[in-house]
Amino acid sequence: MAKNLNTQPESLFEKIWARHVIVERAPGPSLLYIDRHIIHEGSFHAFAQLKERGLSVKNPKQIFGVADHYVPTNSRDPKEAVTGEVTEMILRFDDNMRWSRANYFSISDPRQGIVHVIGPEQGISLPGLTITCSDSHTSTHGAFGAIAFGVGQSESCHILTTQSLWQTKPPCTRIELQGTPGPGVSGKDIILAIIAMLGASGATGQAIEYCGSALQALTIDDRLTMCNMTIEAGARFGIMAPDDTIFDYLYGRPFAPQQAQWDAAVSNWRKLFSDEHAQYARTLSIDVSALSPMVTWGTSPEQALSISSCVPAIRSGDSSADAAMEYMGVTAGQPLSKLKIDRVFIGSCTNARLSDLQNAAEILRGRKSRVPGMVVPGSMAVKRDAEALGLHKVFIDAGLEWREAGCSMCVGINGDLANPGERVASTSNRNFVGRQGPGVRTHLMSPAMAAAAAVTGYLTDVRSLTKE
Amino acid sequence: MRAFTQMQGVAVTIAGKNVDTDQIIPARYLKRSRTDPQYADYLFHDLRFNDRDEANPAFVLNQSAFRGASILIADENFGCGSSREAAVYALEAFGIRAVIAPSFGDIFFNNCLKNGLLPIRLQQVDIDLLLGSETVRASDTLDSLSPLHIKIDLETCTIQSDLIHTAIRFSIDPFWQECLIKGLDEIDLTLSYQSSIDTFETEHLANSPWLTHAHK
Repeated sequence: MAKNLNTQPESLFEKIWARHVIVERAPGPSLLYIDRHIIHEGSFHAFAQLKERGLSVKNPKQIFGVADHYVPTNSRDPKEAVTGEVTEMILRFDDNMRWSRANYFSISDPRQGIVHVIGPEQGISLPGLTITCSDSHTSTHGAFGAIAFGVGQSESCHILTTQSLWQTKPPCTRIELQGTPGPGVSGKDIILAIIAMLGASGATGQAIEYCGSALQALTIDDRLTMCNMTIEAGARFGIMAPDDTIFDYLYGRPFAPQQAQWDAAVSNWRKLFSDEHAQYARTLSIDVSALSPMVTWGTSPEQALSISSCVPAIRSGDSSADAAMEYMGVTAGQPLSKLKIDRVFIGSCTNARLSDLQNAAEILRGRKSRVPGMVVPGSMAVKRDAEALGLHKVFIDAGLEWREAGCSMCVGINGDLANPGERVASTSNRNFVGRQGPGVRTHLMSPAMAAAAAVTGYLTDVRSLTKE
Repeated sequence: MRAFTQMQGVAVTIAGKNVDTDQIIPARYLKRSRTDPQYADYLFHDLRFNDRDEANPAFVLNQSAFRGASILIADENFGCGSSREAAVYALEAFGIRAVIAPSFGDIFFNNCLKNGLLPIRLQQVDIDLLLGSETVRASDTLDSLSPLHIKIDLETCTIQSDLIHTAIRFSIDPFWQECLIKGLDEIDLTLSYQSSIDTFETEHLANSPWLTHAHK
């Protein structure tokens, strides 16, 4: 490859992409080097492919395994899993990870947690990297200035054995966030508003770069939440330029550059920003000060509205919206705040980091939840930090369950499910039909909003519960 | 990978935008091996069967005319959501060889390509043309249509149906077209670039030595 004396202005995404192209086959996909790849229990298909073909894991040090999807959250013993078949899934992952010789955080490891929570926490997610994981919410790690994307099992197998992947460079949409979010408005509310604006397929085939003054003011956890749910607008990638907040966070993390290498890495990372005249497929601007706390009313994350809204009237002939309304048991014109909930779930790779739990605890402190529910920390490290702050007592005193780390009721495959027909206030990322159990109605919202719903038993504007 | 050159078969229409992979295969079946003889039943399981596992006669795949369908026609953003490749395994187990939609979830689209299942992006106007009528846009009425026979040729990138006179053209990245037509194994293809990968990697890891550091 010829060295590129590039004077063309480039976006952040293009800069990182260019640094990872092994073989370019324009037009069409390029062979892209993958710096770090993360896998979970669902990887058994990829391992089966590898073993069947007599292939091995090429670079075990660049592969990370963590048990999160199937693990029980009421115990750290795989034998306590919901069924014997699930126990077997967890144990099979143990075997495959031993075989791979890769980095592994098993269910009993103190570093265990949800893939997208432990990535940043352990310094696995770093600026300028290409990061893949066999999970669609891998876009999360883009909040650290990385190209991070979800892959399927065949792609995962390909990465495990070649440390590379054929990928077509996506066009990039730039979203500039301006203003200051008002009280009760978090990263979750901003991203739900963006998904509602773009639509569930509004950015399909694209990357979304977030920038602007409002972004710099957001916490790391809020930024991670936004990139996490970028996939719900169709975009496989969300990306944000890394700044000192990120560098400070990463300093000393186990898998981040150490000692002498740290300064060199940071000076390299400081070059990770979009050039002034970089080209984008489109540019949008949002004033976050105009936003209110958001909730979803339907069965797609795009069906999100401000909590003060009513269920919208549907266009005639829109069978999808019609079906969503029927499934959710809502009618046009019904105020969202009149919807009575049966259960609350605070957790998931979207909203189970320490500040998420703090935001929920702030609302629940000294109050009781009117409905049953569980709080599931995103990682065992988050759990320890939350307990050091006494947050677990707040949740338990409110009547909620305090669990061990895992994906839990976001996807429900570990058996943490709601009952058919129940309406759940959930901090997770998908309100799909049956996602939290057959017939279960999921309303997505921020941790503070979920806590407010728990307190009143209805979808509630959290601002009505906070004092000035 | 199984090669895809041309095929013909019965097309079935699945109604609704944003049909996510949770609908294509519910999460509780993800732990099953691909060799599970029941795999075809997991496709759209909770739409096809009730909680007592009885077939829902209203669902299109349960209608006798469509049980042997091998082409699926869907709406916008088909296969969005979870990256579960099992969605493709379930389609394949049922006998689906090609999916036609105005747009697809990105990860699902790629997963199709890796399994010899042809995803075809076609504008809605062309899909309407293929279905032979603008008057049957309301998807729920499509179910009651008599089965439509479609012929797909990947070499010429054309689709024919018994309702239209001229073939409809579609486009696909030439790289994936070639992989599918030849049934190329992608890992073998990549390994043919091994020396390029090694050269790249040596320099890349020298610049980022922490990527391969041992940790306790």
